[in-house]
Amino acid sequence: MPTVTLTVNGRSVTADVDARTLLVQMLRENLHLTGTHIGCDTSQCGACVVHVDGKAVKSCTTFAVQCQGAEVVTIEGLAQDGKLHPMQEAFREHHGLQCGFCTPGMIMAAVDIVNRKGAVDEATIREELEGNICRCTGYHNIVKAVEAGAQAMTGKVPARQAAE
Amino acid sequence: MTVTALGAAVRRKEDHRFITGKGQYTDDINRPGQAQAYFLRSPHAHATIKGIDLSRAKGMPGVVAIYTGDDVAADKVGGLICGWMIHSKDGTPMRAGPHPILAQGKVRYVGDHVAVVIAETLSQAKDAAEAIVVDYGVLPANADTSKAQGAPEVHSEAPNNTVYDWHIGDKAATEAAFKAAKHVTTLEIVNNRLVPNAMEPRAAVGEYDAGNDALTLYTTSQNPHVARLVLSAFIGIAPEHKLRVIAPDVGGGFGSKIFIYAEETVCVWAARKCGRPVKWTADRTEEFLCVAHGRDHVTHAELATDAEGKITGLRVKTIANMGAYLSTFASSVPTYLYATLLSGQYAIPNIYAEVDAVYTNTAPVDAYRGAGRPEATFVVERLVEAAAREIGMDPAAFRRRNFVTKFPHQTPVIMMYDCGDYKASLVKAMEMADVKGFGKRRREAAKRGKLRGLGYSTYIEACGIAPSQAVGSLGAGVGLWESAEVRVNPVGTVEVLTGSHSHGQGHETTFAQLVSSRLGISIDNVSIVHGDTDKVQFGMGTYGSRSGAVGMSAISKALDKIEAKAKKVASHVLEAAEADIDFKDGKFTVKGTDKSVDFGTVALNAYIAHKFNPQELEPGLKEGSFYDPTNFTFPAGCHICEIEVDQETGVATIAKWTAVDDFGNVINPMIVEGQVHGGIAQGVGQALLEGAIYNKDGQLVTASFMDYTMPRADDLPSFDVGMTVTPCPSNPLGIKGCGEAGAIAAPAAVINALTDALGTEEVPMPATPQALWTVIQKQSRAAIAAE
Amino acid sequence: MYPFKYQKAATVRGAVSLLGKAEDPKLLAGGHTLIPTMKQRLASPKTLIDLSGAGLSGIEQKGRNIVIGAMTTHAEVAASPVVQQAIPALARLAAHIGDPHVRHRGTIGGSVANNDPAADYPAALMALGATVHTSKRKIPAEEFFAGMFATALDEDEVITKIAFPVPGKAAYVKFPNPASRYAIVGVFVAKKGSQVKVAVTGAGSGGVFRHTAMEEALAKRFNPKSLEGVATPAADLNGDIHASADYRAHLVGVIAKRAVAAAMA
Repeated sequence: MPTVTLTVNGRSVTADVDARTLLVQMLRENLHLTGTHIGCDTSQCGACVVHVDGKAVKSCTTFAVQCQGAEVVTIEGLAQDGKLHPMQEAFREHHGLQCGFCTPGMIMAAVDIVNRKGAVDEATIREELEGNICRCTGYHNIVKAVEAGAQAMTGKVPARQAAE
Repeated sequence: MTVTALGAAVRRKEDHRFITGKGQYTDDINRPGQAQAYFLRSPHAHATIKGIDLSRAKGMPGVVAIYTGDDVAADKVGGLICGWMIHSKDGTPMRAGPHPILAQGKVRYVGDHVAVVIAETLSQAKDAAEAIVVDYGVLPANADTSKAQGAPEVHSEAPNNTVYDWHIGDKAATEAAFKAAKHVTTLEIVNNRLVPNAMEPRAAVGEYDAGNDALTLYTTSQNPHVARLVLSAFIGIAPEHKLRVIAPDVGGGFGSKIFIYAEETVCVWAARKCGRPVKWTADRTEEFLCVAHGRDHVTHAELATDAEGKITGLRVKTIANMGAYLSTFASSVPTYLYATLLSGQYAIPNIYAEVDAVYTNTAPVDAYRGAGRPEATFVVERLVEAAAREIGMDPAAFRRRNFVTKFPHQTPVIMMYDCGDYKASLVKAMEMADVKGFGKRRREAAKRGKLRGLGYSTYIEACGIAPSQAVGSLGAGVGLWESAEVRVNPVGTVEVLTGSHSHGQGHETTFAQLVSSRLGISIDNVSIVHGDTDKVQFGMGTYGSRSGAVGMSAISKALDKIEAKAKKVASHVLEAAEADIDFKDGKFTVKGTDKSVDFGTVALNAYIAHKFNPQELEPGLKEGSFYDPTNFTFPAGCHICEIEVDQETGVATIAKWTAVDDFGNVINPMIVEGQVHGGIAQGVGQALLEGAIYNKDGQLVTASFMDYTMPRADDLPSFDVGMTVTPCPSNPLGIKGCGEAGAIAAPAAVINALTDALGTEEVPMPATPQALWTVIQKQSRAAIAAE
Repeated sequence: MYPFKYQKAATVRGAVSLLGKAEDPKLLAGGHTLIPTMKQRLASPKTLIDLSGAGLSGIEQKGRNIVIGAMTTHAEVAASPVVQQAIPALARLAAHIGDPHVRHRGTIGGSVANNDPAADYPAALMALGATVHTSKRKIPAEEFFAGMFATALDEDEVITKIAFPVPGKAAYVKFPNPASRYAIVGVFVAKKGSQVKVAVTGAGSGGVFRHTAMEEALAKRFNPKSLEGVATPAADLNGDIHASADYRAHLVGVIAKRAVAAAMA
């Protein structure tokens, strides 16, 4: 069985895993980080999104062994020193969640969007959320939350909106 | 300390655990010694099982046990039930075939449960399942709703695949109305089959405690008490006091998690049999194959109008697909949840509906968000829109001419509408949608090569399900009341135990708002306990937009009792007559004095029993109630969709969505609007994107998100949501319910907009780009032929 | 998923050597087609050879070519200033493959080697006249794609990089499957000097193909109007629940016109 060492939410973790173990399985089953969810088998719903070396990836489509030496951040590692991440705050403030199942992946994806694109407008957010499916909210409040979270993270309003 | 009023958009209490990844869903639960279950499912839509060879599979690594239908029969485990009896026109009871938890001699749809393998790991269970050899005798499949009657028989109990042929309304009077009509509008309607697809797939963990001979089932349920009742009283898993059902955080339901399915039943049964906790979690494809689907009606619908544009009659013949087995509430959906709403918002003097429920070799069909009411609304609102166009009236004016305006209003199909103001929501929606400016927008779109259309849906639904007297007389097997218990702790904090179940609806917040506003305490001092049959006294769960109207009414009733009892305690504390005690804003006062005591002090004193005479007053402050509604509630409103179609590709894009809903009194507008948004998305999904398709062999072609189109963020616009309020007179809080409205209203608004844009009534659901391109091709061919 | 042995190659030579030695091997690039297929037990390689450590990532301009390492992710191609400047159509194509998370893992080499009939990159390679560099040779795109999920690659051959000649004008327009978001029809149009190439993905029953009738029409006059009346026979096209062959044939015409218009913009 291969041994994998990686950093998860700032903590170094070593585990012997079967090569076929997916990152999401290692997180949920070995590390008991059950905030990362599995919502489909075809890499589409995005409930499993985590950050690997600073980039959003689908942990259901990544083997744990591929993450040797990587820095992984899950929803459980987003808040720092007991203080919620601005994107977490924005999801609560704007009612960007209902059942909560897609929410961890949605928030991790949203943070990644802002990391890549900065302050984003509605059209960009809708396009960038292509890899995350929510069945409860109709996305209306998720879009609002991401917009607000982006502003909180960057201190900026989106360019198009600022021009208006 | 802040008291949270009813009507405040307070942020949700439950969110912290969800946004930090600390939610506890069923698949997050693991029990010591747990084994994994995997179901071997039928690859055939219809086949006899001639033999099952387990010999190689049983010897595979990690296998704990393998069970088949024979083991279920040997243990005398009952089959799954359908809890609503429908009678056919001739008075005979519906013809239901048995629904075993593991197939016995025959499989009836792709995904039907043939065997369960329980192993140390899921991989081992799958490996062993592959080693099971099943000898199938493949039979011809019947997967087409409109051709089911006369197709190969699914159950011998149901000749002609007909479960029932039911009707409602006055046939003769309706026929007379049609004979006398000035104009008759006719539509052929297919209400497409949908897959609920809650983002959390179904899951279950069954556990047996040999020391106490008791079972626990953790499951993805919207109604754990109903699950316990059915598993106990009908399937015979264990008596209720030996069976605990826990539905922890549940990741969306939309109806699909009301029902009691084979998988969780097998888990809890097998846990005792193999002596290990047994866990099962559906993968998405299993969910597609085996979750109860929704809709799937084929309808011939007619509307009669007189010379003044008044509706004089409505006549409907519907074939409703039940799938291969009757799911828990399947029989009620195309009957009492459908045909009783065919009057819509209109005063229609004559209505007659016939519904044939048919078996097919497809997954069972049951309630999905709206359940019958979206199908009814679609029929009525399509007919109304088409009729208005045919007789040359503005669709909004035609609706206004026919609206019910006096309440209470008795329809010809059972329902008694208690209140509403349909004109108000229509007028407000038309203003918000700037209907006046539509002509200009349409011309501007035409310049860009786009066809722009506008469609209305003035819907009504019956919610707050349901008055037990009413549903009992219609065939329901259980009462549909709700129960609550309010426990006031000595420090003045409150726990509410409710039989409602929250799987996204925000009960932990709205229910706490009710308690906060009534008792004058902070919502932080209120906790809502739900989803555990060992904690909560009883309950009927959450569906049919009932948690506010019924669940909160039960809490309200318990709070009445708390207040009454607390006044007695306060009278001792304040040394005044009970009749002189007033309670307001969290303070008990004595009339005509400045003496007062706060709620917390009274709560503490309720437990210091030596301060008052126990002969006069029982110690403690805890009250329970059961609330049974006196009527359904009737949320209604107007949705307006504006859409653009790209003529070259057939792609439809929603340009603008306006919703004005009347939900009666609103506890938390933020949460209510969120419910509306989600409902619209599912309704738009039905209209434009989603459709479960079986091929002629009964194979589900759309068995993953690769082929079944889920609405995504870029498929939808933001929604413009407004409200009107006529408080509901049928419950103490004046609430009507908001959970299903969007899904009920939206499909007709979309299709009415598309038919407006394209100039033909023949637009199917889902109106995919291909479907719309085909319509456009047909239109242009017809135009050429006409020249 | 069936068990397999995981091996990480440190060099291309190492990967080739493992391909020769290992039992029933398969190369692992981004894994975004392979892993879902393995999860469904539809693929069962005994060995996976991970190429992520083999030094195959990177983008550079070499003369009149943009050269992209096989393990370069879609996100890297989309965000590359080099690609955006030289072949903006290619950057935009990469920016619309899958979704953001897929683009962080999925690679150009993996996509090209898989030759999914609905993938986007094959259209770019064909229209731009790219060359596939492998561990043993250079293969022109025309000769590389050999029908649905089939390529000219030998069993022990590893794609190392892909060289795209910089066109004069180019654009890619995709009509996505509403569910999977793969291409139902994707058309890549490229003009270099007087030569025009039109490559269509998503539609053809044999995978990506060149639309020579459109190329001839556009070579005369590079304008969407030149495509009026240029037929796309439905007989060679795919049909499924989302799009019949007739609808696809129609879409090829519409999307090609839009691609030409975009290339002119």
